[in-house]
Amino acid sequence: MATGVRGGLRLDAHKERSTEQALRPASAVETLVMPLDQHAGAAAVPLVKPGERILRGQPIAEPGGAISAWLHSPASGTVAAIEPRPAPHRLGAPSLSIVVANDGRDERVAESARQPFEQLAPEQLREIIGRGGIVGLGGAVFPTAAKLSSARKGHDVRLLINGAECEPYISCDDILMRERAHDVVFGARALMHALAAQTCVIAIEDDTPQAASALGAAIADAHDARVQLRRVASIYPAGGERQLITAIFDVEVPSGGLPADVNTVCLNVGTAAAVAHWVRDGQPLTNRIVTITGDGVLEQRNLEVPLGTPLAALIYDCGGYTGRMSRLIMGGSMMGQSLPHDDMPVIKATNCVIAASALDLQPRAAEMPCIRCGNCAEVCPAMLLPQQLHWYALGRNLDELETHGLMDCIECGCCDYVCPSQIPLAERFRDMKPALLERLAARNSADAARVRFDARTARLERIENERLAALAKKRQELAKKSS
Amino acid sequence: MPFATAPAPHVVAPSSVGRVMRQVLYALVPTVALHVVFFGPGLLIQIVLGVVTALAAEAAALRLRGKPLPPFLLDGSAIITAVLLALCLPPLAPWWLVVSGVAFAILLAKHLFGGLGANPFNPAMVGYAVLLVSFPARLLQWLPPDVAGVEPAALSFVDTLTTILTGTPPARFTWDAITSPTPLDALRTDLALGMTMGEAHANALFSAFGGKGWEWINLATLAGGGWLLALRIIRWQIPVAMLTALFACAAIMSAADPGAYAGPLFHLTSGASMLGAFFIATDPVSAATSDRGKLIYGAGIGVLTYVIRTWGGYPDGVAFAVLIMNLCVPLIDRYTIPRIYGHAR
Repeated sequence: MATGVRGGLRLDAHKERSTEQALRPASAVETLVMPLDQHAGAAAVPLVKPGERILRGQPIAEPGGAISAWLHSPASGTVAAIEPRPAPHRLGAPSLSIVVANDGRDERVAESARQPFEQLAPEQLREIIGRGGIVGLGGAVFPTAAKLSSARKGHDVRLLINGAECEPYISCDDILMRERAHDVVFGARALMHALAAQTCVIAIEDDTPQAASALGAAIADAHDARVQLRRVASIYPAGGERQLITAIFDVEVPSGGLPADVNTVCLNVGTAAAVAHWVRDGQPLTNRIVTITGDGVLEQRNLEVPLGTPLAALIYDCGGYTGRMSRLIMGGSMMGQSLPHDDMPVIKATNCVIAASALDLQPRAAEMPCIRCGNCAEVCPAMLLPQQLHWYALGRNLDELETHGLMDCIECGCCDYVCPSQIPLAERFRDMKPALLERLAARNSADAARVRFDARTARLERIENERLAALAKKRQELAKKSS
Repeated sequence: MPFATAPAPHVVAPSSVGRVMRQVLYALVPTVALHVVFFGPGLLIQIVLGVVTALAAEAAALRLRGKPLPPFLLDGSAIITAVLLALCLPPLAPWWLVVSGVAFAILLAKHLFGGLGANPFNPAMVGYAVLLVSFPARLLQWLPPDVAGVEPAALSFVDTLTTILTGTPPARFTWDAITSPTPLDALRTDLALGMTMGEAHANALFSAFGGKGWEWINLATLAGGGWLLALRIIRWQIPVAMLTALFACAAIMSAADPGAYAGPLFHLTSGASMLGAFFIATDPVSAATSDRGKLIYGAGIGVLTYVIRTWGGYPDGVAFAVLIMNLCVPLIDRYTIPRIYGHAR
């Protein structure tokens, strides 16, 4: 049922400004803040107490459910507090966090000798990957071990390593692929082993020549014919999980389903590199590459940042704000979230921080009514009719929103971008989703209740029939006896 | 440090409703220019009257609805309605015709239904239809094209203005001398009188494959429409479907009986064919939504235009064809929701 990728936009990438300088580590900070819920799924549960001495790489929180993740200390020092702190993934709302006071000594936990991953059983390797606190670093922060386990058993699973960094401004994956291509390929091969996969495609956009040559060389060095490099057109949102799977494998992920439904597991290049650091070098996920960019910051570059580092410290590290600074965005310019202040930590999801000036942001004109020009439908990668969704969202018509596929909207913002009436469509659709979800859930529970009721009625009927049958039998027997 | 927040996306393309509408107006320049070349300056006067009326009616309606004037009054949509309606009227039509038609279009067909973006019917075509059913004789009094070989319309600008404002031509002309039916109208009358296509074609209004003047105006409109397609202001589905359907109907009928039915090229280059295909049927507000829906919608307009022209009571059928298909849009939209990504075919 594949049709290739539909829609999308060619956008100004704004990536060169942050890739001119080589990757360097961020300067150390005194206090690091680790929100316990910085991954998808259940919040992690602390393993340490305030005042306790901890080492870099030491587990400080364990998974709080089947879908959850380990957290490790990004520095050596002491646990200063476990308390709510403003969190970027909650747009500044407080989230329970472990606050680490860095002693600056950078003492690491002793490494245990590592077995080569090839000698491990896939399920053992998946368990190890989970213990490294590894989550999807593309921004969705889904626990990687859980994703690996979602692959259907007994099928030929394909691994897709996503290096198609389609969002404007973000270049952390590009710099990673240029400078650490061997880590990406090593991680990809380890992930293949964990999945028992026979195919791996590393997909990148066609406007990243340095990354392409670095990856090509790393793949050649690995002497693993199962790993291929493929390029896709740099059309936003080519790096969206569903869009990339369609571009590479020519299949569509079913609505409401998972990539596993088409025997594919898709992971970001950063995740693959994190797997390499953990499985090969014994370093759990305690830092990540962050792009600091935008016209509102003096020096635009990529930094390797310990998790928990305050955003304000990153900006300071890059020379501070320029006078033109106006909006702080975590993520890219299309889907990134605008933050109310910079006193929040870098978390596993922080791929990019844009200090945006008026030059980066076009001011939105006053909203006009929809003239149904259809530009939105043409660019929608989910093949929706945003103009119809908008109309039905205005009238809060949940029936039609469901028919027209509101839940299939990936919130990429392409419709917004092209709208001549300057309607904030993506925001409208985001706002309408909870109401529709609630209704779908209510219907599901109503369906479940109906099934339960029918089963109960049938059960009662059966018991009654059995009772009547037993009664009739007894009567017969009595009649026989008396005769 | 605190910052103001805003929802994603944080960048948008620099486009606006006004820009879209202005590009549509620029695309009409060749049509208007050739119209003036063949039929004199009457159209320009009609456009001025229409635009002034449209802006006044728009301002009044916005005021009554408690809407702000600045973004809406100058969005250009009312001006397009006025220009399209003016293009449909005879160049010498009296002033009150364009004024009442445009006022009806803006006040009733547009604002009573909710204004910009909410009108189920194309406002210009509603205005034209109202005028056509109310004052049919006035709307059929066209001028002969300057190249027709019939009595040339040697009207100066002042003559034209006086005729429009007073409703009667200057004393040295008579209506009969300066007016002529359109080629579509003439053909209809002649065929109804029992003439064959060949006999009807002998009329000085006709050239090799279309009506004199009209064929060039339609080609200019085609060029303007092509420009809008290249700019992606309009999509190909509606014009291609409409013109293909019109061509196919005319080709089939004229092949079946060449003596009784005009050929496809004549239909494509006559009347409002191109204007309808590229500027009227493509009005996104009142057209079908999905690509497949647009094909059905456009084809419906093409077929109905042919049917009305050939067997209906009016010489041209574009306006009624568009309005009838406007009526069908909710139905078409219901059955042509495109397949969504990840849903079964």
